[in-house]
Amino acid sequence: MIDVRVAAIHELTPVIREYRLQAIDGALPGFSAGSHVQVHLPDGRRNAYSLLGDPADNSEYRIAVRHQDNSRGGSRYLHQVLCSGDRLRISAPANLFPLYSKARQHLLVAAGIGITPFMAHSRELLRRGEDFELHYAYRSGSSDAYLGELRQSLGPRLHEYPAGIRRLDARALLKDRPLGAHVYSCGPQSLLLAIAEQAAAQGWSPRRVHSEAFAAAEPGLPFSVELQRSGRQLQVGAEQSLLEALEAAGVEIPNLCRGGVCGQCQTPYLKGDVEHRDHFLAANERATSLMPCVSRGCGSPILLDI
Amino acid sequence: MTLTFKPLETYRDDFSFANSAEAIARFPFPFPEDQYMYSVNLEPATSRDPGSVFEHLFDVDEHYVSEMAERARVLELDPQRCLVMPHMAQAAWDSLALLMQSLATDYPQYFRLARDGDAWHWQNLALGIDQRFTFGDPATLPCEPLEYITRQMQGDFALLDQRDNDLFMDAGMVTCPADWSLRFDAGMSFQQWHAPVPMAHRAGVFERALKYLLNIQVGQPVRRLNWTLTINPRLDTSPETYHQWGSDRGKVTADNAGALVHLRVELQLMVRLPRSNALMFSIRTYLISLDELVTNPAWAQRLYRVMRDLPEPIADYKGISRYRQPLLDWLRPFDPQA
Repeated sequence: MIDVRVAAIHELTPVIREYRLQAIDGALPGFSAGSHVQVHLPDGRRNAYSLLGDPADNSEYRIAVRHQDNSRGGSRYLHQVLCSGDRLRISAPANLFPLYSKARQHLLVAAGIGITPFMAHSRELLRRGEDFELHYAYRSGSSDAYLGELRQSLGPRLHEYPAGIRRLDARALLKDRPLGAHVYSCGPQSLLLAIAEQAAAQGWSPRRVHSEAFAAAEPGLPFSVELQRSGRQLQVGAEQSLLEALEAAGVEIPNLCRGGVCGQCQTPYLKGDVEHRDHFLAANERATSLMPCVSRGCGSPILLDI
Repeated sequence: MTLTFKPLETYRDDFSFANSAEAIARFPFPFPEDQYMYSVNLEPATSRDPGSVFEHLFDVDEHYVSEMAERARVLELDPQRCLVMPHMAQAAWDSLALLMQSLATDYPQYFRLARDGDAWHWQNLALGIDQRFTFGDPATLPCEPLEYITRQMQGDFALLDQRDNDLFMDAGMVTCPADWSLRFDAGMSFQQWHAPVPMAHRAGVFERALKYLLNIQVGQPVRRLNWTLTINPRLDTSPETYHQWGSDRGKVTADNAGALVHLRVELQLMVRLPRSNALMFSIRTYLISLDELVTNPAWAQRLYRVMRDLPEPIADYKGISRYRQPLLDWLRPFDPQA
């Protein structure tokens, strides 16, 4: 856990703000391109945000937050309540979206706020002098944060897809690439799927296809759980995730992405009806395990084997 | 604890290496029970027991100057004991930063680091080194950065690249291995380089260990102990020099085992390197002769029982089978119930 101060807030577009975070005492840990931190919000929630600054600069961390109308409150708090000078608590950086060290060519594909991890990636790749391209789909005037900065630093390596003007064509993007090329995508699920499908269709090994989803818990109906070993009963509110309810009750479960992707918070359960919302567990694992960061009860109460 | 270095001792030829009473007292005896079986036995590498080998992330002890002279000798004979694949250059700088910062913080009487942006000034008073360099620019150091810093730190180092949900041995400095070779293992995956280990594969130890290691996070290092036996206090028991030490195993008798046989304990440390996302695996080796070890009666009794009951495949893998009988004959009197 690291205590930081909000050193500056910049409005990049009407819906995207950048926050610069500095350590309150000591130095911030270094990080690798693709890392994220969890920001701890005052209501006990924790949201994961990519670090978009230069990994060579650990004087501050930079994150960017898009305001979500259907947000459970995280982006609303950051946009409307948090001020420059305020304190925040964040987790140490962790990397679930690293560059593949032996790739011969890197194809970075971003849509909207999915640009953030690639800000760090592209700085790192420029420094290493590696072969890469950044393909960026955005909506002018709202989700085009960093466009100016990227045009300047990347020149012809930047390929732009402004909404309504030029469509991102996954087939063309992946066509005729060298065998050592790796593709990385970050954005809405539709983008990730389009890239993965095209890569498979063109015979790419799944090892060469990397992605990071907008991973966050979605609200649902309230439900209840029981903890087998302690006999405790917990109520999970409509706007709350099971993981958050456990944390609020003082039960710490290891976790990294808080979005059903990384697999860290996998928890065994003995009975109950579960609506599995993760992208991690195999079908046969779902009979006995669930991911409390995103998955919810949807019927008879859940009995957790913890 | 005040740290002072012993006059130069040798790990070859006349084998003048020996432990002081203080070094024996802090020796990391690795057996929590009378029986030994493979386990993952990992714990968070947090500071504990001031004065012990667990106090600092990287332990420096009375043998520091001698061990660094031994490393220099091994590298002189075989420069390829240090290897850094091109994609591991950043992990090498990460390692240099971590080691310099740790040493300067934990042993300020011997190591000093001043930084002004990328302009670094490193002083190693124990070895008489004073170096100004530009962090990130290998041309400003006398040699490659991993080699530079590990010539100044006890123990072996492997740097593991993380990709494809696996770890790959793509860099390292290995001059005091317990019969393994960096050059042979270079580029191998975690399962590949552990293939020779008996019994543990069936128990699923390596699947669990790999999953654990892949998830080690920045700032949350872990450690474990491992052990074997070595004849003479020889640090460089590598396959490359097997012809120089392999036959020593035939020299052990019930009379000389106390002087010849050494318990060799590895304090293994696993650290996520922040900039490169590589995993540092450091192997800090401690040697103790059985004559020294049995000055602690509890250790003596337990070592006898562990050696007596050690499964044959493990004894074979650790190279003990050939002299297990004379070793047991020498140890038996230290177990009152034997």
